[in-house]
Amino acid sequence: MSKTEEIIPRLKKDTIISLLNKGRRIDNRELNEFRRLKIEVNVVERADGSALVSLGNTMVIAGVKAVLGSPYSDTPNEGAQIVNAELIPLASPVFEPGPPDEEDVELSRVVDRTLRSAGAINLKELVIIPGVKVWHVHIDIYALNHDGNLIDASTLAAIAAAYTAKIPEVEVRGNRIKVKDERRGLPVKDIPVTVTFAKIGNEIIVDPCYEEELVMDSRVTFGIDSKGNICSIQKGLRGTFTFEEVIKAASLAKELSKELRETILKLKQ
Amino acid sequence: MSVRAVKLITEDGRRVDGRKPDELRPTTIDVGILKNADGSALIRQGNNKIIVAVYGPRELHPRHLALPDRAIIRCRYHMVPFSVPERKSPAPTRREIELSKVIREALEPAIILSSFPRTTIDVFIEVLQADGGTRTASITAASVALADAGIPMRDLVTAVAVGKVDDTLVLDLNHLEDQYGGGDMPVAMMPSLGQITLLQADGTFTLDEFKRGLELAIRGIKSLYEIQKRALKERYASLALELRRGRS
Repeated sequence: MSKTEEIIPRLKKDTIISLLNKGRRIDNRELNEFRRLKIEVNVVERADGSALVSLGNTMVIAGVKAVLGSPYSDTPNEGAQIVNAELIPLASPVFEPGPPDEEDVELSRVVDRTLRSAGAINLKELVIIPGVKVWHVHIDIYALNHDGNLIDASTLAAIAAAYTAKIPEVEVRGNRIKVKDERRGLPVKDIPVTVTFAKIGNEIIVDPCYEEELVMDSRVTFGIDSKGNICSIQKGLRGTFTFEEVIKAASLAKELSKELRETILKLKQ
Repeated sequence: MSVRAVKLITEDGRRVDGRKPDELRPTTIDVGILKNADGSALIRQGNNKIIVAVYGPRELHPRHLALPDRAIIRCRYHMVPFSVPERKSPAPTRREIELSKVIREALEPAIILSSFPRTTIDVFIEVLQADGGTRTASITAASVALADAGIPMRDLVTAVAVGKVDDTLVLDLNHLEDQYGGGDMPVAMMPSLGQITLLQADGTFTLDEFKRGLELAIRGIKSLYEIQKRALKERYASLALELRRGRS
């Protein structure tokens, strides 16, 4: 991250903390309140699935493309899930051009783990010829406007795109594979979502906006699956949490995950 | 869960390597093993062998990365190609890039960075042999290497993973348990301060399992903390002996 990010916040930190001490936030939200969530799906017709997520002013687009490929040697009877996220300079003056750095890699891997641990995409239903040909489901995520909490917005975009994706039917004759025009829904068995908390001073808030991220000491993300179980955790930055703080955050994440999941489920109703 | 040939927990509650669910692997830490580094440590935790070198505080290049009010930490976690059963390419993987980041963030809270403005403290971690839990063993060894380098710290950082094997919570996962178990949760703490500096998880945990798992991790961390302190004391006792000999 660039240095401007390190310098500006000093001036703002006091304002944000003194507001938080009174239980208020700079954008007038409650401490446990998400920003307004809007999800549009099938925004890119060429993709097998796509979703544009707005979380307040944060905007993320995700696209799904299924590609025929070989299975991994340790999972011959499963398709593959590949998640890639990029923080492109288009989305914010603080993102610089260049190959993916640790921020991009962490984001990709947190989204990937959340979906994978929840068993969101049923990889067993993506086998065409066992041990030989399977679907590789690529989920590519691009931040379009960075106003904080890219992890939650990216996970929502990824699962919304996967949930509504349609992949081609195939016909197998011997070793010949024919990709047909007809399509079927990508087999999605669970709708995991993430809930991210920021710790600023001694206060913990949900869904930090960019100004809050500038001054946060640490953050922690909980992935929650449809059963209400934790399916991923990722703490970040150089602040710390106490035992009590993470236990409380985990149960709050479970509560808050319900409404996010509802929004995803409504996409198909 | 994947099909597997091994039973990870036997009827009498023992694990594949004979441990009880709340038992750590045998762990030793050797301090100051590299002459060139300002601080170093070798940790052996079960079959893991990990070597850590700390260089710094030292001048930072390129200079524009330096901060006017404190040191920065750079951290590289890397697995040598022969550390795992199938040769791994020496190029850093996405996993190694992420782990370098979370390990750095786990160590940073312990280091009093404001003592050394405009400098860098470099932490280099080479996993020589991997058997599960390498990120946590790396953190445990790295904080000892930082102390060996004489860098002022608030506390050591100690780490261990807990996981779920056949619905039993187990401490300090080995590779088999990590690969075939139902979840893995690495935790790092500053034990005396009671502050969590790293927390990750994959697999699934109920809220109750999460709480009990974290409690189990904290118990493991307290035992490892004693091993870290003992390793440092032994190092300084032998240094003191050398000094005394040198003088006479």
